[in-house]
Amino acid sequence: MLFIRNKSLSAGRKAENKNIAHITYAFVILFIAMIAYIGYFTYFKAPDFINSSYNSRQELYAKKVVRGKILSKDGEVLAETVTNEDGSETRRYPCRNLFAHAVGYSTKGKTGVELLANFTLLTSDAFILDRIRNDLNGVKNIGDNVITTLDPAMQAAAYNALGSYRGAVIAMDVKTGEILCMVSKPDFDPNNIVQAWDEINADTEQSALLNRVTNGLYPPGSTFKMVTLLEFIRENSDKELEDYSYECNGSYSIDGFTINCYHGVEHGDLNLKSAFSESCNSAFASIGVSLDKKAFQETCETLLFNKKLPVKMSYRESYVPINENSDLGEVMQTAIGQGKTQATPLHIAMITQAIANEGELMKPYLIRRVENWAGDTIKEYKPHSAGRILEPGDALKLKAYLADTVENGTATRLKSDLYSAAGKTGSAEYSKNKAMSHAWFTGFAPVEDPRVAVTVIAEEAGSGGLFAVPMAKAVFDAYFK
Amino acid sequence: MEIIIAALSRYILIILIAVYTFQCFLVFRFHDEHARNGIYIRQNIAMILIHLLSFIVLYLGMGEPDRQKLPLFYIIQQLTTILVILFYRLVYKGANRLIVNNMCMLLTISFIILTRLSYERAIKQVLIAIASLILTSVIPYILMKFQNLRRFYYAFAVLGVLMLLIVLVFSNTVHGSKLNINIGGVTFQPSEFVKLLFVLAIAGLLARKPTQGVRLKDIMISAVIACVHILILVLSKDLGSALIYFVVYITLLFVATGKRFFLYGGLMAGALGGIIGYRLFSHVRVRIEGWQDPMGTIDNAGYQIAQSLFAIGTGGFFGMGLLQGAPEKIPVVWSDFIFAAICEELGVLFGICLILICVSCFVMFMNISMKFRDPFYRLVAVGLSVIYGFQVFLNLGGVTKFVPLTGVTLPLVSYGGNSIMVSLIMFAIIQGMYNAVYQE
Repeated sequence: MLFIRNKSLSAGRKAENKNIAHITYAFVILFIAMIAYIGYFTYFKAPDFINSSYNSRQELYAKKVVRGKILSKDGEVLAETVTNEDGSETRRYPCRNLFAHAVGYSTKGKTGVELLANFTLLTSDAFILDRIRNDLNGVKNIGDNVITTLDPAMQAAAYNALGSYRGAVIAMDVKTGEILCMVSKPDFDPNNIVQAWDEINADTEQSALLNRVTNGLYPPGSTFKMVTLLEFIRENSDKELEDYSYECNGSYSIDGFTINCYHGVEHGDLNLKSAFSESCNSAFASIGVSLDKKAFQETCETLLFNKKLPVKMSYRESYVPINENSDLGEVMQTAIGQGKTQATPLHIAMITQAIANEGELMKPYLIRRVENWAGDTIKEYKPHSAGRILEPGDALKLKAYLADTVENGTATRLKSDLYSAAGKTGSAEYSKNKAMSHAWFTGFAPVEDPRVAVTVIAEEAGSGGLFAVPMAKAVFDAYFK
Repeated sequence: MEIIIAALSRYILIILIAVYTFQCFLVFRFHDEHARNGIYIRQNIAMILIHLLSFIVLYLGMGEPDRQKLPLFYIIQQLTTILVILFYRLVYKGANRLIVNNMCMLLTISFIILTRLSYERAIKQVLIAIASLILTSVIPYILMKFQNLRRFYYAFAVLGVLMLLIVLVFSNTVHGSKLNINIGGVTFQPSEFVKLLFVLAIAGLLARKPTQGVRLKDIMISAVIACVHILILVLSKDLGSALIYFVVYITLLFVATGKRFFLYGGLMAGALGGIIGYRLFSHVRVRIEGWQDPMGTIDNAGYQIAQSLFAIGTGGFFGMGLLQGAPEKIPVVWSDFIFAAICEELGVLFGICLILICVSCFVMFMNISMKFRDPFYRLVAVGLSVIYGFQVFLNLGGVTKFVPLTGVTLPLVSYGGNSIMVSLIMFAIIQGMYNAVYQE
């Protein structure tokens, strides 16, 4: 018989006690870790976590706190709560329609910054003694103010430039990902949202409540040629790219599929640069056919097509149909951003920002800072990288093609004395009627050291070069003024 | 005036519980119970003030018909805890007063939050607690009189296995697990009670020849007994309990033999078992997914945990104040998720104090177990301590998303007759053994 023996009872007991002590320590450490975690969650994580629209406790906060203000980056009031004489509260939006989608509304559900910062606005970080005094007096505390990244001058420029077209404009800071302006039309006046609610919702053709920047899915048209070109650059050597030539006679056919150039224009002899800057569909359809479908799909996915975007606001996912089994027709359509391909203006702007920023995508964000009502900073939001989505070398090459488009191609209307710009136009067909198109432009400036990216879509306006480029120019002008 | 009390109460309650909790750890600085007297008195005062203040807030905050019942209910609750403290002080002089106080403090918190959540449940809880307290008050006496109880380890093991088998065969599946059987309208959860029998059986077996150390034969028999228990629990898909039994067994084996091999080997076997469980049971995978991404799975597995985190996060460090939150939005908040309700209304700081009180209970249990010369007592005490500590950890960790949800209750605080009765028996056994040694 084998024994596991204690040498002597007292020595054994001592050893046992040591073991018991060790087990006790292990448990105590686990508990301390848990307490630290709970403290960490409550202090750092909870403010974001409880801001979820699934959290139905918001009314509880509203009973105790006067909703804070939403301010532009330079302190202009975009939304504020006014307490009426009878004690009731009214949410006021002094800029009316101008920031309708970006700032959003807070009755009838919540959207925009009102949604993003809901709990922040309903949290009071006033001086603790003030809060206790208010508690004691039964007076509501004053909620924190949210300072956004929005620039009123650019917002107004974009809003006016889009005019009576439906569509969307977004501008982003290339280095940080700050959203500088965000316009969607048709719009509405958030001051009257309650009264006009039924009427706005009944008009499904206008869909005025829809933020087209984030939730409007459009065929990207020729702006997608940035993606096709990127894949082509990846698959070919510099020499091959330089030697590329194509003779455009207005259309390209293979296997019974045909792609026409915009309005049937014959571009004649082209190299890769001119094919891109003049936005030749035939050349890009043939380029598309030459691509490795699997690799093309992967490139699209690293650029976040068919993927989630690293943003906090609500949005729709962009879509590219390409895969290993796609037929030639699908490949050709996709290469020029038509067919089933769909993207949001936000996503196109993000790709543009990444190209301008040496391939590094910055997470787009709308909230720069939180202050208590007295103006003390409570929380600062720093820029966050979402990783490198293309190689710096490839980004640099694309930049040259985009600059040439402004210099010699379809976007020459963007030329300015104030800044140099780069970009890509698009005229996306959206129906059987080939004469009709959405006007796109996406680009950035200055070329040498990009600081701002702008993306515009004007629905049913016509060609991108004629209609979208001047709109983008107005926004760039406002930035560089 | 009402508003002032309601507003101030949030801060005062936190200060009171902080004072109480601080005393819990101050105790460890003194070895003589006499020197600790002042500490215990201060704890009792804090406890009574917390109870009283909470009920004043509830009374002021509740509507007219409801609040009429509160004064009487409060007096019953308050008398219960005071009588328990006096009873142990007078009858079992050897009992550890920190544990008595903590037991009453946890019951007090339970009574307060249940009264706020559901009056009916609070009444049931108080009645069951009173009945259990009366019942368990004789346990120390029994332990003292019948020292040879320890010899019935086989009986404990067989009884335990039988009870678990009955559940496996006869009970209905609820939420993927078989836990309860119904006897005459009373829901009975045997795995709660069998925990105690299990510890008695394993401890009795491993300590049956104290002069010879632990024999290999006994280790093997104990391993078989443990395996049978755990296997039945796994088949009932009561994996939270299976985990607790497993950890207790490994700990007892390690403490009895002093061999690290059993600890590390056991932990590795446990990890392996966890992986197999993950592969084998879909409801384990669902739990893990709900834990990792509660927001992504908020429509099903993540719902409870997301609601719980909303409650804790919304309450913040200072809480919304009693009756000011919305804890009823959390499913079964009165049972497994009671900690979330406490954090939401009384504050995360209050919640952290609650955790520390549980920790001080656990440390005191372990401390007591080290004092026993008798290896059987020592093992029983260690086993019960680990059951208590681990169960608290699993519950609180689950509610706060620190570990996956296992569906165990928070001893003495969660609503539920089985849970509260077993917890009180556990406390009484430890007190009884401690008292018995003191009397010698």
